[in-house]
Amino acid sequence: MTFNYIKDLIHAIRSLLKGMKITLKYFFSPKRIITQQYPTMKPVLAEKFRGEVVLIHDEQNEHKCTGCTSCEIACPNGTIKIVTKQEVNEAGKKKKALDVFVYHLELCTMCGLCVEACPTAAIYMKNSYEHSTFDRHTLLRKLNQEGSKLQSGIE
Amino acid sequence: MYQTKDILLSPDQHQDGYTVINIGPQHPSTHGVLNLVVTLDGEIIKDVQPNLGFIHRSIEKMSESLSYRQFIYVTSRMDYLSSHINNHACCLCVEQGLEIEIPKRGQYIRMIMDELTRVSSHLLWWGAQSMDLGAFTPYFYAFRERDMITDIFEKNCGARLTMNYMVPGGVMWDVQSDFMDDIKKFIKQYQSRVHEYHDLVTYNFIFQKRMQHIGIISKEDAISFGCSGPVARGSNFRCDIRKSYPYELYSSLDFNESLETSGDCFSRYLVRIKEIDESIKIIEALMADFPEGDFQAKTKAVLKLPKGEFYQKVETARGEFGVYIVSDGGATPYRIKYRSPGLSNLSILNKISQGAKIGDLIAILGTLDLVIPDIDR
Repeated sequence: MTFNYIKDLIHAIRSLLKGMKITLKYFFSPKRIITQQYPTMKPVLAEKFRGEVVLIHDEQNEHKCTGCTSCEIACPNGTIKIVTKQEVNEAGKKKKALDVFVYHLELCTMCGLCVEACPTAAIYMKNSYEHSTFDRHTLLRKLNQEGSKLQSGIE
Repeated sequence: MYQTKDILLSPDQHQDGYTVINIGPQHPSTHGVLNLVVTLDGEIIKDVQPNLGFIHRSIEKMSESLSYRQFIYVTSRMDYLSSHINNHACCLCVEQGLEIEIPKRGQYIRMIMDELTRVSSHLLWWGAQSMDLGAFTPYFYAFRERDMITDIFEKNCGARLTMNYMVPGGVMWDVQSDFMDDIKKFIKQYQSRVHEYHDLVTYNFIFQKRMQHIGIISKEDAISFGCSGPVARGSNFRCDIRKSYPYELYSSLDFNESLETSGDCFSRYLVRIKEIDESIKIIEALMADFPEGDFQAKTKAVLKLPKGEFYQKVETARGEFGVYIVSDGGATPYRIKYRSPGLSNLSILNKISQGAKIGDLIAILGTLDLVIPDIDR
């Protein structure tokens, strides 16, 4: 009994020292430390990271959204609301066009189904991640910029 | 279910003189919001009654109002540590109804992602289990390797935890060009560091003493309580769905089902460590002949399953996960039922912890590897 106890004790101390060796190895080589100090060191997330929905605008302030509401139907929690208006083109024909692209970031689960559903690839998901605010109403976004219009050639 | 009057009894009011205490719902070792009503005789556990429902979100009912593309994303929120595999089960179930063929590349990507998820889940479990037993730093050693996997997910799937990468017909988009190199880098780092895991925790005498001969599940109990995954395989019960009911291309792969015989906490620990190695073996085999081509089959814009019932089960990191869809031919499912591994594994807790000390309850709870949102749904 006593012999077993001492045998166990020696075995225990040896196994603890074995573990302690690794702890000390990391303690004396700070180069191996992989933790990041977040607010000062900001990580760069991957291109594909789904952070928030963005409507792509080019230099002429033109987007590709036709207002077809595919994304609105695809969204599982009613994050997107498309408001359309009737526009008259040069030929005098009435046509549906995007008026306001409403996006509730506070409801978004970043599933990416809207981007999948978009037939004209007008939206994509940006890799931004610092969305926290004190007031959730600031997360209600209008995605189309002021005075933007549909790119020519997009039906 | 435990009655409220039982919980409120003071020690001297209790008819047998036992103490009734609550562990949780806000307790770090319950890994979420799980309330355990423990009846104690001194330090010996007499009875454990789990009290569930603190994070119930009615996911099954919610899924009835979502289309067959939309309901998949919700399952990432159930067992969030194996979200890929949950999504995979839903996709397979929908594909079973639609009768569509998945391109080979899509299947390979899905399987590699599944196995990476399994590795990352077991690594997190390894860290959390060590933390439950009082060793804080192993958590960070585990996270170092796990972070490499989440980085791969972030780069290729677009999210770190709740993926929604798998869609009916394949995967959402193709993997990046450096996908293979990243995985090779991870495997190399894991294999060069795994000896640290063993030195720190596995061979640690105190750790072994706290895990061995505790919470013993017999093979009969494992079967009758419906245990699955590493919990049942620790009791020498062959229940790997990848082996017994192979889905995707698992039937063509050569891998071992990790089994242990003693059924105690330590054997469940060893099963999980072995499973990491097996998963890495599967990933390496898949990477050796990674095919070119399409990653997604062409599907209709609105998916409609034919009238009938569909069931698909997969092996998640925690055990058997099943999706049961009843369709009435419409665009949304008539009824969805999920069979989650956590709930069945939790049911055995009362049986195996009776007679153990209260400190052992934490070890038992840890090795059952519970994810509470998976239990409550």
